[in-house]
Amino acid sequence: MNFLRRTVLATAAAMALVPAAGFAQETIKVGEINHYKRMAAFAEPYKLGIELALSEINEAGGVLGQELEFIFRDDQGDPAEAVKIAEELMTRDGAVMLTGTILSHVGLALSSFAAEKGYLYLASEPLADSLVWKSGNPYTFRLRASTWVQAAMLAEEAAKTDAIKYATIAPNYAYGQDAVEAFKANLKRLKPEVEFVAEQWPALFKIDAGAEVQAIERAKPDAIYNVTFGTDLAKFVRDGGDRGLFDGRNVYGLLTGEPEYLEPLGDEAPEGWFVTGFPWYGFEDGTPGKTFVDAYTEATGETPKIGSLVGYMTAQSIAAGIEAAGATDTESLVAAFEGLTVENTPIGELTYREIDNQSTLGAWVGTTALEDGKGVMVDWEYKDPAPYMPSDEDITAMRPAE
Amino acid sequence: MAFLFAQFLTGLANAAALFLVASGLSLIFGVTRIVNFAHGSFYMLGAFIGIYLMEILPGAVGFWGAILLTGIAVGLIGAFVEMVVLRPIYRAPELFQLVATFGVILVIQDLALMIWGAEDRLGPRAPGLRGVWRIFGEPVPKYDIILIAITPFILFALWYLITKTRLGVLVRAATQDREMVGALGVNQAWLFTGVFALGSALAGWGGALQLPKGGADLLMDFNIIGAVFVVVVIGGMGSLPGAFIASVLISVLNVFGVTYLPQSTLVLMFVVMAVVLIIRPYGLLGREEVAGEHGQVGAPETPIRPYGPMGQALIAALLLGLALLPLFVDQFMLILTIDMVIFALFAASLHFILGSGGLVSFGHAAFFGGGAYAAALLVFHTDTPMELAFLFAPLAAGLLALGIGWFCIRLTGVYFAMLTLAFSQLVWSLAFQWRAVTRGDDGLVNIWPSEWLSGTETYYYFALILGVGGILFLRHVIHSPFGYALRAGRDSPRQAEATGIDVKRVQFVAFALAGAMAGLAGGIFVFAKGSVFPTELEIAKSFDALIVVFLGGVKTLAGGVVGAGFMTVVEDWLTRLEYWRLLLGLVIIAVVIVMPEGIVGTLRTLWRRIRNTDEETV
Repeated sequence: MNFLRRTVLATAAAMALVPAAGFAQETIKVGEINHYKRMAAFAEPYKLGIELALSEINEAGGVLGQELEFIFRDDQGDPAEAVKIAEELMTRDGAVMLTGTILSHVGLALSSFAAEKGYLYLASEPLADSLVWKSGNPYTFRLRASTWVQAAMLAEEAAKTDAIKYATIAPNYAYGQDAVEAFKANLKRLKPEVEFVAEQWPALFKIDAGAEVQAIERAKPDAIYNVTFGTDLAKFVRDGGDRGLFDGRNVYGLLTGEPEYLEPLGDEAPEGWFVTGFPWYGFEDGTPGKTFVDAYTEATGETPKIGSLVGYMTAQSIAAGIEAAGATDTESLVAAFEGLTVENTPIGELTYREIDNQSTLGAWVGTTALEDGKGVMVDWEYKDPAPYMPSDEDITAMRPAE
Repeated sequence: MAFLFAQFLTGLANAAALFLVASGLSLIFGVTRIVNFAHGSFYMLGAFIGIYLMEILPGAVGFWGAILLTGIAVGLIGAFVEMVVLRPIYRAPELFQLVATFGVILVIQDLALMIWGAEDRLGPRAPGLRGVWRIFGEPVPKYDIILIAITPFILFALWYLITKTRLGVLVRAATQDREMVGALGVNQAWLFTGVFALGSALAGWGGALQLPKGGADLLMDFNIIGAVFVVVVIGGMGSLPGAFIASVLISVLNVFGVTYLPQSTLVLMFVVMAVVLIIRPYGLLGREEVAGEHGQVGAPETPIRPYGPMGQALIAALLLGLALLPLFVDQFMLILTIDMVIFALFAASLHFILGSGGLVSFGHAAFFGGGAYAAALLVFHTDTPMELAFLFAPLAAGLLALGIGWFCIRLTGVYFAMLTLAFSQLVWSLAFQWRAVTRGDDGLVNIWPSEWLSGTETYYYFALILGVGGILFLRHVIHSPFGYALRAGRDSPRQAEATGIDVKRVQFVAFALAGAMAGLAGGIFVFAKGSVFPTELEIAKSFDALIVVFLGGVKTLAGGVVGAGFMTVVEDWLTRLEYWRLLLGLVIIAVVIVMPEGIVGTLRTLWRRIRNTDEETV
């Protein structure tokens, strides 16, 4: 036990050095918490996107005349750890607000913590609908288009076909379940006669692709709705392609078109799937999207992922929010984020809705194809999320009384 | 019928890679008694090295040659790890080596990220084996057939190696009685290195062979390790045919599970393992562990006694220091200390059954998370006042421990550990999948303490009193007659029985008490963080506690507490750095090598030595 005390004191001494190693007082700090190691494939492009935006913002004079700085911290994908780091960032490192996380459950933990302590939290990447709806709170804002909206866009397209019998495959956790529920609800509303003949739930990143493909084939569906991603998607596409599962069937893929998931598939990328994603290669010269892609490619030497875009827009949103607030205390910041408009983002003008603190970032939908041995999205369009949102009354009813 | 047969073939094909990896782990355990957590890392290395070699070696010869070379390369890496990391610590207490292998996992993860980058790699196809053959009209991928065909050859080759060669004779002899093999003049060190290299090579082959069905990514080490342990345990630790039967059984059942119970993917294999272990406590083909076979290594433990006046004064001073802490430090320091107290209580509760009871539990998080969930569920669904819900945490965790303990206590050693793991996984999947009640991995949020406790300072005192109280209570129990009975059962079950101690009942009660204390820690935790997620029930959480107990020193009384304090601080500090996993892994390995008795144990030995020399000079 004696050792315990000594280590406590040693840490106190060690950590006293950390702020000293920081910069001068002329910066506004933002606490960014993410799973940089556990989700390296997603977190790295996201961080690069933030850094690009920061360099642009600070070159243009920073915010409120000061430099904007992000403090990046790794939470190991553990919600409890994230909450602890958040406390340190706010009380010790002098951060004015919090942002970050990819995994929804970590985002939900931070959101609850932010509301309890009265800190502002901008959830950048987590997709869970409950973040802004059922568990929404006045201190939490969210940037990325939610699961519900993206699934609704796919359901709208699916409803246009003759397919009646659907099979779904989704990773067995909250995101997968929400995604299937949202697709079913939207499709049934548009086309009540559809039926769901098979629902497959592989464990996340532990798919038994052969067995899943056989099980779907056995149900003889007309169309398939896919929510798997990452290595699960690669195995599913490979086994399904070999066994002819996708022949003559429409497939709808949530997030399948995002470069994070499509690029690793190489020349085995599926063709003819209708997906949501990020077709950066198709942006036309002179559009804000193309400007972002060029700047990112030049700065990093890599092609952008969807995470790059989200990271970039996160930093842009925060700069705009602080500028609009004119101060860095939480109350002014929260007030500024309510209905905040962010100019000149890669998708044009972005706003944070007052009703549920959700941003108006939409999603790109299109059809997958092979070009030069690589999977791409063709015939794509950017869709505004507004028509796919639940009604304002429904949202108000879902959100706990503010 | 054709469909069922095709499904069966899918299961057999899946069994191939699983069998290779599991047989390697089983061999290593059989001979060296090391529970090698890093085995999944060798599998991952096999996949990455395999892709690299396949890219430079062309054609079909290149493809199969690359697989062969991959196994050799991974085998060499395994030999290196064994010689550098494990060889110095064979004399450490039983299962201590698993801490070192945990360090190896962290190091390999960061090295793989540095070398190969973060992006997932799709495995190359086997040349000429793309597409399907039709069997009774059902499509079966060609490569699946190849896998099914070569697995028996691998089994046969291993069987030949083990039963017909001199090396095999030595390996079998060492599996049964390694001291005797050493006494007969066999160089044990090289035998161990050789077996570890072979086991690693098998994992590497497994990683390379699965490439045409999947690929390589940075999460695959953790993703396979659960299944591999399940296979090894079901088959019987150390049994190769057992590993083969179990991998086929698990793989085939999994395929049918996917079709007929699609939601079962999370737990099916753990249910199978629990059932097998309850019916056959040593796996399908395993043999009963002989008491004392590998339990006590090194000098017998000196009897414990309560701290003397100086020790008590130090503890009192420490407690006073903690009580006055809010006067000197900022808010975050208090929060870090709360975390430390919670983790210390959790580790102390595990240390209680592990150190004093000799029961190695791999599933202790079930009680920590169980307590947290019990309190959170009450608050979330019924708006129970915080004080009442909090009381419910240790109570529910204790009850849960009674239930789980009833099944587990009859087993011993690694099999006990694995059954606790299976049950904790069941509890986890319940929290994960029963969304109507637990909200799945969206977790239970907004579980904050009552108004009077909500200040950081107040909650600090609340956590301190209960946490330290719990730890002192456990220490008191260890020094009570019950604690002596518990240790008697650990050191010599037969003699304990002969003196009238009902060993199993004492262990059962101790298990429940440890569960209740872990639940208490969970209760403090949930109101400190305001939310609880299934991550608190994960295997990783159980291993966190296990590692700090070993790191602190199993055969000491303060080991759990000191280990927890050390780990919290080191992690908090290291995670600020870019390659913190590499550094943390190296720190763990260094501590393990320098302090084979754990931090407290080694300091104690050092202290005694210094005192003795002093006495001599005087």
